[in-house]
Amino acid sequence: MAQDHSADAVAVAAAECQHLAATSPPTNPKTTWEGCSVLLDINDGDRLVFARLSPAATLKIGNKKCSLGPLLGCPFGSLFRVGNGPGEPCLSRCSHSTSGASDNALQAIEEESIAEDSRDNRLLIDNNTAQNLSSDDIDAMRRNGATGDEIVEALISNSATFKKKTVYSQEKYKRKKQKKYAPKVLLRKPSARSICETYFKKFPARIGFLRVDTLSLLLSMANVGVHSDVLVVDMIGGMVTGAVAERLGGTGYICSTYFGVTPYPSDIIRMFNFNSEVYSRIVHVPVSDLSKSLDDFVHSEISAKAPSMLPESAECRNSMDISEVPIQNFDLIKEKSLNNEQTSVMSDVGESQHVASILCPSGANDLELGHDTPITDKLVNKGRQAPLETMKQWKTNGFSGLIVAAPEAEVGTIVHKLLPLLAYSAPFAIYHQYLQPLAACMHNLQTSKLAISLQISEPWLREYQVLPSRTHPLMQMSSFGGYILSGIRIRNSVPSSI
Amino acid sequence: MLSLDPSKRSSLQRCICDGDLVIVYERHDRIKAVKVQKGLDFQNRFGVFKLSDWIGQPFGSKVLSNKGGFIYLLAPTPELWTLVLSHRTQILYLADISFVISYLEVVPGCLVLESGTGSGSLTTSLARAVAPSGHVYTFDFHAQRATLAREDFERNGLSSLVTVSVRDIQGEGFPEEFCGAADSVFLDLPQPWLALPSVRKMLKQDGVLCSFSPCIEQVQHSCEVLTSGFTDIRTFEVLLRTYEIREERMTTSEADHESPVGPMRKKRHCTPHDVDDSQGERTATTVTARPCQESRGHTGYLTFARLACS
Repeated sequence: MAQDHSADAVAVAAAECQHLAATSPPTNPKTTWEGCSVLLDINDGDRLVFARLSPAATLKIGNKKCSLGPLLGCPFGSLFRVGNGPGEPCLSRCSHSTSGASDNALQAIEEESIAEDSRDNRLLIDNNTAQNLSSDDIDAMRRNGATGDEIVEALISNSATFKKKTVYSQEKYKRKKQKKYAPKVLLRKPSARSICETYFKKFPARIGFLRVDTLSLLLSMANVGVHSDVLVVDMIGGMVTGAVAERLGGTGYICSTYFGVTPYPSDIIRMFNFNSEVYSRIVHVPVSDLSKSLDDFVHSEISAKAPSMLPESAECRNSMDISEVPIQNFDLIKEKSLNNEQTSVMSDVGESQHVASILCPSGANDLELGHDTPITDKLVNKGRQAPLETMKQWKTNGFSGLIVAAPEAEVGTIVHKLLPLLAYSAPFAIYHQYLQPLAACMHNLQTSKLAISLQISEPWLREYQVLPSRTHPLMQMSSFGGYILSGIRIRNSVPSSI
Repeated sequence: MLSLDPSKRSSLQRCICDGDLVIVYERHDRIKAVKVQKGLDFQNRFGVFKLSDWIGQPFGSKVLSNKGGFIYLLAPTPELWTLVLSHRTQILYLADISFVISYLEVVPGCLVLESGTGSGSLTTSLARAVAPSGHVYTFDFHAQRATLAREDFERNGLSSLVTVSVRDIQGEGFPEEFCGAADSVFLDLPQPWLALPSVRKMLKQDGVLCSFSPCIEQVQHSCEVLTSGFTDIRTFEVLLRTYEIREERMTTSEADHESPVGPMRKKRHCTPHDVDDSQGERTATTVTARPCQESRGHTGYLTFARLACS
């Protein structure tokens, strides 16, 4: 490609890079801080909880309430175990090797000659008499300060059938007991991947059944990268908007557009721990404004009311003014949620009412999935608006990519209205949960010749268990992650030859 | 390919200049990369195209040949590049590439180590993901392929983001200078377990590794070695199933003499209008979709792991 940088342009680029580095917190924070959003992984993915860390935050594990205070200032990826000592159960940090007693057992298995293991389960009878220890015995052990591991060892030695099991069966038994009596909590950093996976596991309907591999495809197909101007229709709680913002890393813009007068809810964006640089790139603009001609739009901007800042108390909710939402409102949410009960485990909009666990794969039907509490409404009501200069640029040059995630909406109309807003040669990716509307949309695009390279794809994802002599795909699989219609917008008219 | 200069935003807003790389789209399965040079021609089944005619047109334009045939000129993106690049080795495709980048949690500013470079398919997407402030250090033990990859990256304007070196990662590991500096590491090697001890030293705390292996035996061996020092070990397969759409006249009329299971009509010949059958009756058509008959069955297994916190 032609390298026609002027000296000025290079200087601008360098300055912007420096600015990015100096003013924003590290792109990749490695340790937690007060107020940060985290993902807690309990017992290797059995239970996933979003939380906001503060000294007062707590988490319920089993029937114990543990303080999340010990998690502050720790690196992401740290492992914690629930202590069994007298008094308040608490989370203490441990290394992965001590909790991975199973790892040593695995190595022992390799040393053993598997072929000579003649044990099987023909003599095992399931009549609940194998275990000698009663639950009272176990409680007594707990009160005497026995660690989780010690309890597990005691259970094993008191099991009449343990020795008769195969090595693998013993391993499985031990793991199961560990999960109950010595649960572990893994502190994970929220990212597009982990947030999407968690939602897909717990509340898939909230993100329109968008699986993590499907989300990844949308980002690649729409060529989301540095300095991109991405047009997004996000009706799945902000999942796509957040993922795009993560990839843009404080450059370019995400124009989250909406039909009607109110932006769609985007609570999920809060979970990403974005710094102000990244947040500033997310803007909300109604389709009606985008579709206006440049002159009409400028005219209406001039005659609009003057911009006003939202008051700290965030009382005004339904203001139709062009106003900016200050980033400080995130502290407001934290304070508000602390006032709800003692816990500020704000895993989700619905879950701030209870801290009950949602065990997979039973799904999330226990709680009222109230989608919009007053707290989130205040924040996302009007959203940040795009600067006038940027709007002008979008209208003259077009967006560099389009992503639509409106799994229950009428895609045909959406695409018809938004495709003309793309630059020529800009790619688009339309996600939908139903195939037929996408097929109809693709057919229309083919006949109208607005786009080429059209394709409907269905992503397929399968996970494997890889263990010595026990490698196979997992027994459970997600067979549905949605469909994507992708293509590239083109300029159909042929210019007169020079 | 990427707009690294904020004042210029996306390359899509530029018009085609002399010396630019253009992606020529003839058909969904016929795409080529062409370097625009004044005075030269591009020839294909549709005729001869004068490259000078392309200069000054916006990307996304339709251009005609001397015989009236047409093609589309597209701006290069990492996705299109994967489809047109010259295969010096087997490459990774969209489904694997997009999943790897998401799962490795590559964001702007990251430092990524990769081996082997191969034909640079994944590397190009990694460059986009780390831009503008990150970097991809990629290693290949084959000197000639490393050179060809380096030339490709330069031609695509990615040299400020990608550094190619010749090194045998399986034998020597990654260079010491990257110890504790890598956010993510990607391996596409015949014996990745040999490189794992080095990866352990390279990764930052909670950093992510991905190893791509076509064979399950390789995966098993790698996973066994990963149990020391790594956690959250997961292995996946990703594939894409594509659909074809057609406009079908579904009828049970006896007057319909066509065989019910006819050959697939090419998309270009579909008409949106109602079709008259031989009896003069009008039967409505419906747009239907069904999976393509052939698809890729396997590329490789993707094994991910995080460096365990000490």
